[in-house]
Amino acid sequence: MRRMIRNIRVMDPHDGFDAVTDLAMADGRIVARGTLPVGFTAEEVLDGSGLIACPGFIETAFQGHTPGHGRDGDLASELRAAVAGGVTQVVLRPDTQPMADNPAVLQAQRTLADRLDLAKVHLSGALTTQLQGAALTEMAGLAEAGAIVFSQAKASVASAALLRLALSYAADLGLPVWLHGEEAELAAQGVMHEGHSSIRLGLPGRPAAAEQIGVQRDIAIAALSGCPIHFPHLSTVAAVAEVAAARQRGEPVSCGVSIHHLLLTEQDVGFFNPHAKTLPPLRPAAERDALRLAAATGAITAISSDHSPWGVDRAGMTFTQAPFGIAAVEWLLPLALRLVDEGVVDMMTVLGLLSVGPARAIGLPAPSLVAGAPADLCIFDPEAYCIVEPALQWSHGRNLPYGQWELRGQVRYTLVEGRVVYRR
Amino acid sequence: MSATLRFGEGNLQYDAQGRLRHLLSIEGLRERELLQILDTAESFLSIANRSVKKTPTLRGRTIVNLFFENSTRTRSTFELAAKRLSADVLNIAVGTSSASKGESLMDTVDNLVAMQVDGFVIRHPEAGAAHLVVRHLGDSVLVVNAGDGQHAHPTQALLDVFTIRRLAGPIEDRVVAIVGDVLHSRVARSQIHALSILGCPEIRVIGPSTLVPEALSALGVHVYHDLRAGLRGVDVICALRLQRERMVSHRLPSLDEFHGRFGLTPERLRWADPGALVLHPGPMNRGVEIASEVADGAQAVILQQVAHGLAVRMAVLAILAGAAGGE
Repeated sequence: MRRMIRNIRVMDPHDGFDAVTDLAMADGRIVARGTLPVGFTAEEVLDGSGLIACPGFIETAFQGHTPGHGRDGDLASELRAAVAGGVTQVVLRPDTQPMADNPAVLQAQRTLADRLDLAKVHLSGALTTQLQGAALTEMAGLAEAGAIVFSQAKASVASAALLRLALSYAADLGLPVWLHGEEAELAAQGVMHEGHSSIRLGLPGRPAAAEQIGVQRDIAIAALSGCPIHFPHLSTVAAVAEVAAARQRGEPVSCGVSIHHLLLTEQDVGFFNPHAKTLPPLRPAAERDALRLAAATGAITAISSDHSPWGVDRAGMTFTQAPFGIAAVEWLLPLALRLVDEGVVDMMTVLGLLSVGPARAIGLPAPSLVAGAPADLCIFDPEAYCIVEPALQWSHGRNLPYGQWELRGQVRYTLVEGRVVYRR
Repeated sequence: MSATLRFGEGNLQYDAQGRLRHLLSIEGLRERELLQILDTAESFLSIANRSVKKTPTLRGRTIVNLFFENSTRTRSTFELAAKRLSADVLNIAVGTSSASKGESLMDTVDNLVAMQVDGFVIRHPEAGAAHLVVRHLGDSVLVVNAGDGQHAHPTQALLDVFTIRRLAGPIEDRVVAIVGDVLHSRVARSQIHALSILGCPEIRVIGPSTLVPEALSALGVHVYHDLRAGLRGVDVICALRLQRERMVSHRLPSLDEFHGRFGLTPERLRWADPGALVLHPGPMNRGVEIASEVADGAQAVILQQVAHGLAVRMAVLAILAGAAGGE
């Protein structure tokens, strides 16, 4: 469909373009940003007054629960949530049921994703069988089935020797590896950050040092093979500094952070709120503030919502029993705009952290709104306020600690290859 | 179901009118409620000395003792407390209930609520279990936390401060030391909060770093790893039970070495103030955290603690139930 959006503020972090202008799309691509080609006619013309158009967001840590039993949601429910959040591309996490450690699972994911035709779905293959860190997966087969990264999801590889072999095997295939930073034994039993709150609540903690040690080790091991690695969700500034130092040395290492670690602290666990239980755990305010600074200065290149939905059957579990994870992909933009309102970053930077940064980590072309680029975009009203109501989510997940938060920024349209996949 | 769970709002222990409706943890209580419980317990203590030991306070009410963990002392004193208040008591121990068939805590509780019970006394091996029940049920029934994982054991702490107040004098000028496995102790956590709310000028915790980490100082206590230094000038010593699994998790090399460094013996008791009280929540490991000579000695008040526990639990049930009926 040929579509035109008039008088819209276009913000394109790819090249820093920021102006109120017109956008034209045809055949799934951007035709023009700014002056329209002579004689361009559109079948649909949208008035973009007061709205902002930016490249669609890329969610790097997306739990689609497909394959799975469906009680916690599935690709259909979760991709609807994603496009409602302005997300146009997701990378599926491999910790599904069964896990994405064999090509058949990836093929099934691909088939369903193609049928749904919502956001673009990228597949990841497990780095080790069952993510247990004990044996290599058939990575060449996974790559053939469409994996664009090998991932350990939320599981560290305890054996340094096995990690070394896995990374050097993955390096042959030219695909990046995504790792969970925490050292396995030091963090083993913990359900939250080891600190004031865990002491207060009598819960076993995960020390911040576990992440620094794990990241340090993984970087040193990666250097042996030159395999590019990415940590999609770091939670401590010490670990981020390890990544920054490696980059300074020219090593292909990068890291992202979840929006939750930029907004919340260990205190949000309050008295055992399982919705604030995530992995890595929420840290003290000093860490949050340092992570914010790292995001503002470029040491952190991607923000994700670390989407981990858990259905209503999980309610009624104690904090220890409750699974890790927060389901908030549809609030990713308004949550990220809090960082703008709190003076952490400007709007252009935050949009880049949600789109260009994740693309780089995956090895995808940087999303943009220049002529010729795929028409994957998010159009939002930056001044519309909304109140988070977990029961009304698109996602099957009800597990988010943002209930009743008043947030600014409402996604109005999400377009994937020129098709409107979400509209409100 | 999740929509009915309430998160993020204020103190769950108080109802909308600001009255104490549940006892989940000492943390978050006001001094005046603590004093109200202790003062009420004084009056119940005198009832225990009468030949007719019952009061009609909870006549017609049903209290459920819902125990997911073994307990003799706590469960029996709660049962006796409820009975002395004329309540009907239902004892449910897991293993004999449907919880062992996979029924969730919430479903167990819902089924009991459907039987029109008025209150729950809950012990559970996981921290936060009683909070979860209150989030689920709201203020329709009262909930007393009788121990949740390593988090809290508020009635034990109340009976301990009651004992200190009665037998050692005003808490505002007593130095209290808690000795042993503080990190894993719900009793110690609750004691620390109760003592600090009541104005205890100095609370010390004593033990090896693996069981008494420096991080505990976040609770406002002074951390000691040397028993002699820690006991100097102390008026009250609270010994804690040492769990044998601490050896399996490598937090201690052996029980003997723990006894050698931190066991309370008659000689070491002299490092504290003369006449210092010795408390222990029970059950004791004689010869590990406490020597029999101390446990059975003149300074130990361990059996008084049990008697006080009954009065304190009567007071807690009466006050929480009173908030419900506006009595």
